[in-house]
Amino acid sequence: MSRTAPAETGAASPAAAPGAAPAGRPRLTVNVRQSGIYIAFALIVVLFAVLTGGDLLQPQNISNIIVQNSYILILAIGMILIIISGHIDLSVGSLVGVTGAIAAWLMVSHHVAWPVALLLTLVAGAAIGAWQGYWTAFFGIPSFIVTLAGMLLFRALTMTVLGNQGLGPFPDQVRTLSNGFTSGYFGNVGLGPLGGADLFSLLVGIVAVAGLAVSRWRTRTTRLGYGQTVDPVPVFLLKIVAAGALIMAVTVQLARFHNLPWVLVLLAVLVLAYSLLTGRSVFGRHVYAVGGNLQAAVLSGVRAKSVVFWLFVNMGVLSALAGIIFAGRLNQAGPTAGNTFELDAIAAAFIGGAAVQGGVGKVVGAITGGLIMGVINNGMSLMGAPSERVMLVKGLVLLAAVAFDVWTKRRSGSPLLR
Amino acid sequence: MTTDDTTDAAAAGAAGRDDILRMQGITKTFPGVNALADVDLTVRRGEIHAICGENGAGKSTLMKVLSGVYPHGSYDGEILFDGEPCRFSGIRDSEERGIVIIHQELALCPQLSIAENIFLGNERGAPGFLGRGLVDWNRTNHEAGRLLERVGLPENPVTPIADLGVGKQQLVEIAKALSKRVRLLILDEPTAALNDADSAHLLELMRGLRDDGITCVIISHKLNEVLAIADTVSVLRDGRMIETLDPSGGGVTEDRIISGMVGRDLEHRFPPREPEIGAEVLRIEDWTVHSPAQRDRAVVSGAALSLRRGEIVGLAGLMGAGRTELAMSVFGRSYGVDISGRVYKDGEPVRLRNVRDAIRHRIAYATEDRKRYGLNLIQDIKRNVSAARLGKLARAGWVNEYDEYRVAEEFRGGMNIKAPSVSAVAGQLSGGNQQKVVLSKWIFTDPDVLILDEPTRGIDVGAKYEIYTIINRLAAEGRAILLISSELPELLGMCDRIYTMAAGRITGEVPRAEATQERLMSFMTMGREQAG
Repeated sequence: MSRTAPAETGAASPAAAPGAAPAGRPRLTVNVRQSGIYIAFALIVVLFAVLTGGDLLQPQNISNIIVQNSYILILAIGMILIIISGHIDLSVGSLVGVTGAIAAWLMVSHHVAWPVALLLTLVAGAAIGAWQGYWTAFFGIPSFIVTLAGMLLFRALTMTVLGNQGLGPFPDQVRTLSNGFTSGYFGNVGLGPLGGADLFSLLVGIVAVAGLAVSRWRTRTTRLGYGQTVDPVPVFLLKIVAAGALIMAVTVQLARFHNLPWVLVLLAVLVLAYSLLTGRSVFGRHVYAVGGNLQAAVLSGVRAKSVVFWLFVNMGVLSALAGIIFAGRLNQAGPTAGNTFELDAIAAAFIGGAAVQGGVGKVVGAITGGLIMGVINNGMSLMGAPSERVMLVKGLVLLAAVAFDVWTKRRSGSPLLR
Repeated sequence: MTTDDTTDAAAAGAAGRDDILRMQGITKTFPGVNALADVDLTVRRGEIHAICGENGAGKSTLMKVLSGVYPHGSYDGEILFDGEPCRFSGIRDSEERGIVIIHQELALCPQLSIAENIFLGNERGAPGFLGRGLVDWNRTNHEAGRLLERVGLPENPVTPIADLGVGKQQLVEIAKALSKRVRLLILDEPTAALNDADSAHLLELMRGLRDDGITCVIISHKLNEVLAIADTVSVLRDGRMIETLDPSGGGVTEDRIISGMVGRDLEHRFPPREPEIGAEVLRIEDWTVHSPAQRDRAVVSGAALSLRRGEIVGLAGLMGAGRTELAMSVFGRSYGVDISGRVYKDGEPVRLRNVRDAIRHRIAYATEDRKRYGLNLIQDIKRNVSAARLGKLARAGWVNEYDEYRVAEEFRGGMNIKAPSVSAVAGQLSGGNQQKVVLSKWIFTDPDVLILDEPTRGIDVGAKYEIYTIINRLAAEGRAILLISSELPELLGMCDRIYTMAAGRITGEVPRAEATQERLMSFMTMGREQAG
């Protein structure tokens, strides 16, 4: 099953496999399985756009969806890696709470300068991750148990630090990171009927689309050079135009409302970095190898324990980042901050195509899974639905997503589900 | 006996014989493979009917069709049991009719007791209305005890399965079958994992069951056992029924069956090779390994062996002799505890503390269980090929995926891996092609010493020949090969020298010229009397 490898997209395209007659059908299935999540996302967006009479796609609302879900998305990035390796982390909600509390304790109670405090908070997150990674990877306790214990331990620690009450306010810079926007460095431009929009944001969007196009083009030419199969030109162009149009549409809407939210910039950097890590780095390969077949990985010389350990450290750091952003957004660290975030992050990973047995999953998939839940949340609250109904729908979506995954695997005759 | 005789016999049988089972025109296809093609099988009531064939000939597939593992509709053809057509949609349907299959991999729950396992899914309820959902333990254990008596297993029914050896577990499986009022018992390789005494007991038990009126179908590779016990022998090859033999006349020999199974001359099963043997590359001395489960039990003790460049060295031994344990413990201590002994690579003492050390010292080990230990089945060929030496394709921690693709494509061509592209998922390849991927993975590490543990297990004849050719090529490149195999003809056909192991010790070292099956077997059974 494929990830961000360059050879994959081309080979998985039915049009590009003339010499692969017997494998033609399974490939198509794989293709549906890979893109199913994105199609589902598009359908859900269209559905709620219609149901809310277009309110879902209003500039301010798009901005809200991103800012409101940023911390879940950050957690989902770490979670998908943990799940690919065959583990789980139930403690991230408590980690968000405790790292928010640590940040507040440093900045508010002890007036530590904010950059130093942020750094120290991230280090604390890493240390907590190392603690859980040690018990899981080196001591050999199942991660489910270790992180279930961690969920209690770090919630207790949060309450101890905060003494059962909120702690704030945070310095402006921290709040800007969570809630704020890039300033309009180049002023506004008029977009005709759409009104004024922030030029800087638009330029960032254009640069992003251009970068995407150039990198896809280079991948394509290199692959042709190696004699690999690629998409035919119209399909290739269509994909780029579609992706570019989507990016530009979101950018234009954001530019019309305010400017780019800082968390969006942060998220974009994280998604890019972690996609590269999972798809192209030796470490990323080892994560998939450990989750796909632990024994085979160990017998191939992969340091499986160390891989798992570092994944938990990474999860700790990302939890700390999410903790800071969440606390900054509320402008105080609360004793219940982050409650049930772990469930949202895990759900995002599984909706995004992770396999329960491990070994499968993509960062972009987890982000999409998180956005699907975010759009459902947001869309239903715009429609005035009560929270229990939102929960109901999210539960069904999670079940349906995993059921679809199991079903496609069974249909493609996966050896794991005979 | 010729095929013509067979046809006549079948025709005569259809007229007057009492057949319990008739399978007609069974055809079963998997994507890309014709597993069974128009197979007919007729089994007389109350006989022991052996089915022989190479690995991959379709024996297990045929039995899975019969027992409903592959439900009606997933195959073509007709099954008549007691003259009635059968359309099983699952294993429960076939068991209801009295057809029970005992698989090669035993399906017992190790933590549960003998009695619980026997009545698993078929629990003995307490009497009365409320009793339907409750287990009557007295009745369960009492009836289990009676069944154990019948199969000749003197164990307490409350003993956990995990405390029994494989031979006794096999008997529990048979007791379980008897509890279901079995009429046709199918045994898939029942003696493969058993020692001689247990095998003999099992065969005796089968004769007893036959006398009680239970028909048995046995799949076995052990042709001496087949000839000793079977009333009829059917031979499958490449998914087709080749012939049906009647050994009672005495005209059927093992060679006769083998030629039916193989379909060609035995002489040409191994590619020719001119050995060019160089300097010693690996020497192991006084190698002792203890079992991780029982730390005081030495699974390998005081073993010594040496390999030279360009040499193919065999390691023979019965199940449990410690061959895999020896190999894996040398390969970076990937098996065992309290390991002691010395390893010399190119004359220098080396310490191989983990798999990475072993790979760095150019030692490779291709496992006997490729699905569990050899491959990441959910990933594609290229990522499996690169897995053991990803560093070779990476710079500063980043993998060059174009090089990876190129390397994998080279292996796909060079090893003749049959797959549409290197992006094909490993789990969907056939056994032979999976083995080629495993070999590619280890060849990519450029080893001086390549330990191949049962490299042709579960692979069809054609692919075997290809694997042998690859092994010869590797030796010709100056690598040393340690070939672990349970098939003595394979060792005799491939190796320059053969070590034998028994009960954790090296019991013999036989050069090719002096090696015979009998000689090896006598060394392989040497330690057993002392140990057991």
